[in-house]
Amino acid sequence: MPASLAVIHALGLLTCFALLGTSRIGACIRWLSLQGILFSLVPVVFHDDGLGLRVMLLAGGNIVLKGVLFPAVLLHLRARTNYHREVEPFVGFVASILFGVVALAVSLGLAVKLHPALSHTPFVMLEAAIFLVAIGLFLIVSRRNALMQVLGYLVIENGIFVFAVITVVETPLLVELGILLDAFVAVFVMGIAVFHITLEFGTADVDQLTTLRG
Amino acid sequence: MTGLHWFFSPLCALLLAPLFPGVINRTKAFVAGRRGPPLLQPCRDVAKALRRGAVYGDTTTALVRLGPVINLGTLVAALLLLPFASVPAVIAFSGDLIVLVGLLGLGRFATVLAALDTGSSFEGMGASREVHFAALAEPALLLALATLTRVTGATSLSAIYEGVGVGTWAHALPTLALVAMTFLVLELVENSRIPVDDPTTHLELTMIHEVMVLDHTGPDLAIIQYGAALKLWILGSLFVGLAVPMHSGDPWLTGAAALAGMAGLAIVVGIVESAMARYRLVHVPQFIVGAATLAAVGFIVLLV
Repeated sequence: MPASLAVIHALGLLTCFALLGTSRIGACIRWLSLQGILFSLVPVVFHDDGLGLRVMLLAGGNIVLKGVLFPAVLLHLRARTNYHREVEPFVGFVASILFGVVALAVSLGLAVKLHPALSHTPFVMLEAAIFLVAIGLFLIVSRRNALMQVLGYLVIENGIFVFAVITVVETPLLVELGILLDAFVAVFVMGIAVFHITLEFGTADVDQLTTLRG
Repeated sequence: MTGLHWFFSPLCALLLAPLFPGVINRTKAFVAGRRGPPLLQPCRDVAKALRRGAVYGDTTTALVRLGPVINLGTLVAALLLLPFASVPAVIAFSGDLIVLVGLLGLGRFATVLAALDTGSSFEGMGASREVHFAALAEPALLLALATLTRVTGATSLSAIYEGVGVGTWAHALPTLALVAMTFLVLELVENSRIPVDDPTTHLELTMIHEVMVLDHTGPDLAIIQYGAALKLWILGSLFVGLAVPMHSGDPWLTGAAALAGMAGLAIVVGIVESAMARYRLVHVPQFIVGAATLAAVGFIVLLV
């Protein structure tokens, strides 16, 4: 079990760095899809006591939603809104990657502090969860493009999912699926909002929104 | 007998290094559907350049003459620190990996000084780019070596590569895979191979390493070409020592595995060069920082 968790952890971190360093939005969406699938496997690996229906349903639902459905919606949206790359983010790509390294170190430190309180959780996943939330927040504040901000939201969602799976031993299935449904609806609403913003203003650059002041 | 054993690694490198670019060129030609130059073509190029006289510009000083020699000297010194095929290096001491990085840096410094000394703005531009990318690539190399130090608990290159085995791979798979990827990228970056620089062009504004040596002729050029092959070998054997962790008792078998690893690496480099286009100059730092990040992630994963 620890070996497969370590592999998920390392690959998951790499997807985060890929998201930080890639300018093409299509590529970012595919990285996010891979990340979603990877972290959906955490409950399968973590609940090694039995691959019950609950765990399979949770992991399967996650994979379908984050690995297939969200990317499909986002790629469709990208095609409709006709932008393909983040031209000039507020923070450059090299600086973003360096931020990622710092964030990784900080989340490691936080996880060391947190772990005694949550001693039954695997340490790597605790650290990954904190890191994912940090990276998601960073993507939201550092990118101009509204679509990239949706991606940032989904990275945070991945982090929260991992945190929930490892810390809460027995969540009712209904609650977990409810959260998934929430994320699903959120992506749709955000997608529609982004679409209408681009339709109305001809750009998804959030920096332009400041010109709306009356 | 023992003396021979100690000099195995440098001898291998000095004799076989020129074959490395030969294999790369053959692979590129094969992928392109051509037959390609003979494997020994790099040796012939060196021999041809050695027979010629050297021409020096009026504005140059002794630095231009010293540059290639110092570069070759540092590379040969680096070979003495390098273990190969599980044969320990001639010289091994605690912290020799930093000396290795320092030697490579010194060689680069000499090349850059020689390029600046020619007074050509073209070469100055190449020198500036070389130093810019080296400033990013050297931390990546140090980070990768530091990660290996942490994996094996050893502080000299020979001990590190002796410590990397199949068991280590099973124990620290993600970290070692990440470090191996860093080494692979560094092999391309440090030797000015394709995603970073194009070794086949001599007259293009985006090139880096080739432009610095434009004013060198005759024996100097031979030394530079031979040095480039040695550098390919040095960084390549860092990768192969990690990727082919063979420590069987049979020296022939281990040596054959390591040499097969080097040939495989040359083919991989050739395929990468055939399949990829050179990055635009602004994307190169991103590529190198990405490589450094791989090593950093490997290091941090290990702390967990």
